[in-house]
Amino acid sequence: MLRRILFVAVTAAVMAPGTALAAASDNPTPAAETHAEPGNEQRLQSLEERVKQLESTPPPAPATAANSFNPGISLILSGLYANLSQDPANYRISGFPLPSGAELGPGQRGVSLAESEIALYASIDPYFYGMLTYAIAPDNTASVEEAFVQTTALSHGLTIKAGRFYSGIGYLNSQHAHTWDFVDAPLAYQAFLGTQFGDDGIQVKWLAPTDIFLELGSELGRGRPYPGSDRDKNGFGAGTVFAHVGGDIGASHSWRAGLSWLGTSPQDQELSDMNIAGTAVTNSFSGDTRLWIADFVWKYAPNGNPSQTNFKLQAEYMRRQEHGDLTYDSDGALGATNTASYDARQSGWYIQGVYQFMPYWRVGLRTERLDQGTVDFSSNGSNLARPDFNPSKNTVMLDYNLSEFSRIRVQYALDQSREDVTDRQWFVQYQMSLGAHGAHQF
Amino acid sequence: MKNVLGFLLTAATLGFAQQAAAINVFTCEPEWGALVQELGGDRVSAYVATNPFQDPHRVQAKPSLLAQARRSNLVVCTGAELEIGWLPIVLRQSGNDAIQPGKPGYFEAANYVPKLEIPTRLDRAAGDVHPGGNPHIQTDPRNIGRVATALSQRLGEIDPVNAPFYQARQRDFAKRWSAAIERWQKEAAPLRGANIVSHHKSWAYLNAWLGMREIAELEPKPGVEPTATHLEKILTQLKREPARMVIRTPYDDARASEWLANRAKIPAVMVPFTVGGSDKAKDLFGLFDDTVERLLGALK
Repeated sequence: MLRRILFVAVTAAVMAPGTALAAASDNPTPAAETHAEPGNEQRLQSLEERVKQLESTPPPAPATAANSFNPGISLILSGLYANLSQDPANYRISGFPLPSGAELGPGQRGVSLAESEIALYASIDPYFYGMLTYAIAPDNTASVEEAFVQTTALSHGLTIKAGRFYSGIGYLNSQHAHTWDFVDAPLAYQAFLGTQFGDDGIQVKWLAPTDIFLELGSELGRGRPYPGSDRDKNGFGAGTVFAHVGGDIGASHSWRAGLSWLGTSPQDQELSDMNIAGTAVTNSFSGDTRLWIADFVWKYAPNGNPSQTNFKLQAEYMRRQEHGDLTYDSDGALGATNTASYDARQSGWYIQGVYQFMPYWRVGLRTERLDQGTVDFSSNGSNLARPDFNPSKNTVMLDYNLSEFSRIRVQYALDQSREDVTDRQWFVQYQMSLGAHGAHQF
Repeated sequence: MKNVLGFLLTAATLGFAQQAAAINVFTCEPEWGALVQELGGDRVSAYVATNPFQDPHRVQAKPSLLAQARRSNLVVCTGAELEIGWLPIVLRQSGNDAIQPGKPGYFEAANYVPKLEIPTRLDRAAGDVHPGGNPHIQTDPRNIGRVATALSQRLGEIDPVNAPFYQARQRDFAKRWSAAIERWQKEAAPLRGANIVSHHKSWAYLNAWLGMREIAELEPKPGVEPTATHLEKILTQLKREPARMVIRTPYDDARASEWLANRAKIPAVMVPFTVGGSDKAKDLFGLFDDTVERLLGALK
């Protein structure tokens, strides 16, 4: 299956260049008509211009070519060098256990391919738009990041999306990794959403007919990814509700703020944790998880022109409430399996600023904290305890954007996600996009 | 969950009932905002998505644009991939079926004019190339006239009750416009054959109209910021083949053209490029009055 999609993508990419020419105008009207009595030199010039124009008109492409309707294709190529003072194999965020397969931490040491991506998209018919984003991970696994259809023919501000897509909650959640301002996702995203929440389901969004931007949205999904868990059920496993407001202040400032809610009910969700003795243990959680996100972003560019300098300030706050049963040592590896009620309220936030101080060059700072909050393990308290420690991280990055299609970035972070351990992380990264023009998302 | 859906539907219905009498037009650039106003008068309300100090290509699909697109009956943009980075997202997220590409509510000005500089080779190694040709069509007033004819018809299609009104205004505009073009052409006659240097390939249509010859661009490749080595190269070129002036848009950084102008001892001219690009460019007529005046001023 993977191979077939790759094959289709590659074939399509090879065939695509022919189509763009078809859009060229085929009625070259001489634009340089002479009005004053032309001298010889001027006549020559005008002739030169006509010749140039005729030359620059490509022959019309056959309108019936089989590839005329090929979708837009874009490819993201990315690579990473990581220098980590701590072994990434034992990376964890103390007090915030995640499923064993979760996307977490700084990745591997040394040089590696970072996430590369192929996206195919086009209008399906007058009523729908479709998109597939295929992500290729450094370990040679590929996954469907997004594959959705979206309505384009509904009126009254309504848009419906179905398939697999990044949820509209928060600010960063719906953005693909290659548009992030830092190499990695904030700790709060890693701890509470397993980096990014992209479920299979349906989304309804409504844009209010007001001067100020007001968008309301809701999603119902399978609940497959963390903080949900996949299970055998006819109904839905996760739901979200979100609202975003935004607008401009003068020509130079734009902003957006939002409030989101995610509810899911994981069943037998396996979590890799540490017990009081410091031994790795697998627990499982069944119950309800509720996550609130408040997000804010403000962008500044003098007169709205970002090409010389611009600034972006972005912050999100997340608050999670879990209620249910936790089974300690659920796989019996330690022979101490015990189920007891579990109640937790934890939170986290990040704030970051990115400043383009001259064309091509941007510098960014991010600071973030997670708060252990209150956790009640009930009778599992004899084996498990939340550390008296709040994970934190400070990051600085510098990137160089030669064009809107290529970026080279250096990043340094002091990562204190692990209790009593500071990980000094250096990254050098490139991110390039080719093919169809990328989207200038806000 | 049910309450939320109920609220959504109620609000949607209310929003529909509130639609105003004048038609809402979302325009991507100030020149089209001004043209819509010329043709539609008080029957239209034009929103302009960008200002003269913004490169219309480097815009993000920001919340205010989504909110405006949601309420509009007609979108008027340049097209030719000028707004490729943001307009498709704005349209797709607007929840407004009337303004989707292919619908009468979607109008691309570049479809109604003959385009220049259509690339024979499409490769991003050549910088920002536009497959449909140079998109900066508004710098030739004859193009504005062509677009006006098509746009007045489109306004009549969107708002049939007022179609005769738009037609009448178009005829009136066309009369004043062709008289003005004749005047500008007479005034600008000394510019014919003048060599110029430009910051970006923004002026293909202006050059074709006035017969000016663009012999170099400050950008090494379209969309790539001027570099010191490239500027030095142009300076050497100008010794061999002198130019009369260096021109730029209001959103191009002035430093590169000032640098070259100082060393080559020629004037650097900021040309308004669009309505609002200078104090005198208050409307479309003012735009070309000032354009011609500034260019002539540089010849002296």
